[in-house]
Amino acid sequence: MSEVRNPVEPFLRMDRMPHIWCPGCGIGTTVNCFTRALIESKVDLDHVTIVSGIGCTGRVAGYVKLDSFHTTHGRAIPFATGLKLANPKLNVIVYSGDGDLSAIGGNHLIHAARRNIDLKIVCVNNLIYAMTGGQTAPTTPNDAVTSTAPYGSYEPAFNLPHLVEAAGAVYVARWTTYHVRQLARSMQEAFAKKGFSFIEVLSPCPTLYQRRNKLGDGLETMKYYKEKSKVRNGAPTSEVGLTMQGEIIVGKFVDRDRPDYRELMRHRLAETLGDRYVECEELVCS
Amino acid sequence: MHADPRGVLTGVHFLDGDHACCEGALTAGARFASGYPITPSTEVVERFAARVPTLGGIFIQMEDELAASIALQGAVWGGAKAFTVTSGPGFSLMMEHIGYAAMTETPCVFVNVQRGGPSTGLPTLPAQADMMQARWGSHGDYGIIALCPNSPQECFDLTIQAFNFAEQFRVPVMLMMDEVVGHMTEKVVIPPAEQIEIFPRRHTSKPPADYLPYETNGDMVPEMAHAGEGYKFHITGLTHDERGYPVMTVPAQDKLVRRLQQKIERAADEIALYEEEKVDDAEVVVVSYGITSRVAQRAIELARAQGRRVGKFRLITAWPFPEHRIRQLAQRTKAFVVPELNLGQMVREVERLAGGLSRVLPVSHAGGGVHRPEDILQAILEAAS
Repeated sequence: MSEVRNPVEPFLRMDRMPHIWCPGCGIGTTVNCFTRALIESKVDLDHVTIVSGIGCTGRVAGYVKLDSFHTTHGRAIPFATGLKLANPKLNVIVYSGDGDLSAIGGNHLIHAARRNIDLKIVCVNNLIYAMTGGQTAPTTPNDAVTSTAPYGSYEPAFNLPHLVEAAGAVYVARWTTYHVRQLARSMQEAFAKKGFSFIEVLSPCPTLYQRRNKLGDGLETMKYYKEKSKVRNGAPTSEVGLTMQGEIIVGKFVDRDRPDYRELMRHRLAETLGDRYVECEELVCS
Repeated sequence: MHADPRGVLTGVHFLDGDHACCEGALTAGARFASGYPITPSTEVVERFAARVPTLGGIFIQMEDELAASIALQGAVWGGAKAFTVTSGPGFSLMMEHIGYAAMTETPCVFVNVQRGGPSTGLPTLPAQADMMQARWGSHGDYGIIALCPNSPQECFDLTIQAFNFAEQFRVPVMLMMDEVVGHMTEKVVIPPAEQIEIFPRRHTSKPPADYLPYETNGDMVPEMAHAGEGYKFHITGLTHDERGYPVMTVPAQDKLVRRLQQKIERAADEIALYEEEKVDDAEVVVVSYGITSRVAQRAIELARAQGRRVGKFRLITAWPFPEHRIRQLAQRTKAFVVPELNLGQMVREVERLAGGLSRVLPVSHAGGGVHRPEDILQAILEAAS
């Protein structure tokens, strides 16, 4: 009898299992969606590269069987920018967490969106810094207790879809780890979209966020996601901010076209330099 | 292999050090730079931004030095030769990514046109006060290479050397210029491309199934693959094994970190370039580098005119330090005089290697200008007495 295998296994570095994520954590679910999106989109895996920063989600790069870069804290996007410019044939995915991408890496996030660099960002948002023990992040909702906000957080939180839309992203969506089919489909759309795409995925951290806030386990969080999520494709991103245990607006908020960085560069340099402009598809040295 | 003639402006030029550095990078095959503006270094990338679109390359101005210093590493893993350029405050911000390049063995070049510090310091005036930072600035143990040009011609020559060392040893190489060398204009001779040796990337010839990203051969330097070639490799700044996988153990740490340091240390005699003059029977040897070596030259000539036997030792490579040679000279030299535009950095190496056999006299200068030759002369005369 042939062995029954999970279809995502060929996409994973099975020699690195078991992974470090806690029971009930949603990051593995997002990786499942990611591999399903790769399968469905039939992209050439030799040309898919994944770049992560630091944190729990930053470990994704180490588990998927692709060219993969685990970079420094907050700097996945600028690393990916250099990689994409050197080899435009690569489909470059940046897979990292909310703290990595929007706090320490916040400046790079908005500038990459402004430039419209052709990168696909998967931002797993667990509302805290999980790897270091559950400290307050820019995404932590008001009132939530964290290890560094023991009396409840009072900082206003970022509304990430609104931020990246304002900065220039051409594709912006949000799902939760309950919405596995929708998430995989969004990832597929982002792979095919030229320009700066951003997918926010709400994901439980039962160990450090839900437990500390007495919100139950991973399953309880799935129930919350199921009950309180409302699909509103095209919702104005100014209206999709998150509150503690409040309604979660999910869906595809932005899908628009504008020239990406390479197109702008090519256009400007060809116009100004004429025949002197030498466009090089790949910057491969010998 | 030889330089690609398309990037080589063969001929005799009148260039400042910053522009000569840019030509060196283009000659070496750099086709990607990511920068952030900072005085007195910006002219390097200004020239690069104008030149490189005609050579099939890219310059991108990033949002800060953290971005600039990691974007170039992404480009290297995509296949390019790449560099960035900065000065003191930016160099401080780049430290984390010098560590990342050292840990991931990403061949790349960081140019630092040094100015007075600390902090914002003296943006338009020279110093040589980042020499220890170049060696030790990022956290943890690792090896790096740092070179110190003293003229626009050397800014050209040593930029090529910096790229060659970066590829040969898979390390970040720092070109430690200073504001005076960066902004002085002199004759720069650029030879024909076929006379310029370029060290090629150590690209693996193994098929993906046999390739391990950090497997090393006899010279302790692993072979590289680029993203998009089917190798499906993993690169991390975490302590890792030959597969590139994170391993959080004492033996893995010991093996990796010792190799990162030793691949440079064991080749130190090959890497440590220097220039000597009349050191064999010298009673005093003046050790200097960068712009200070040119002021020291005058002081040495003045001392010789007074009948002193003075030798000149110019560091071209600052790191790894030419330990063997300084130890040898300490056996027969009464004293070393070490002028530098800081309050005493490389002089500590000379003191350590002199081991009490010779006197070591620093001639410090807090930066903002260059030494007066008379001050160095005075130290030489004191040392000889």
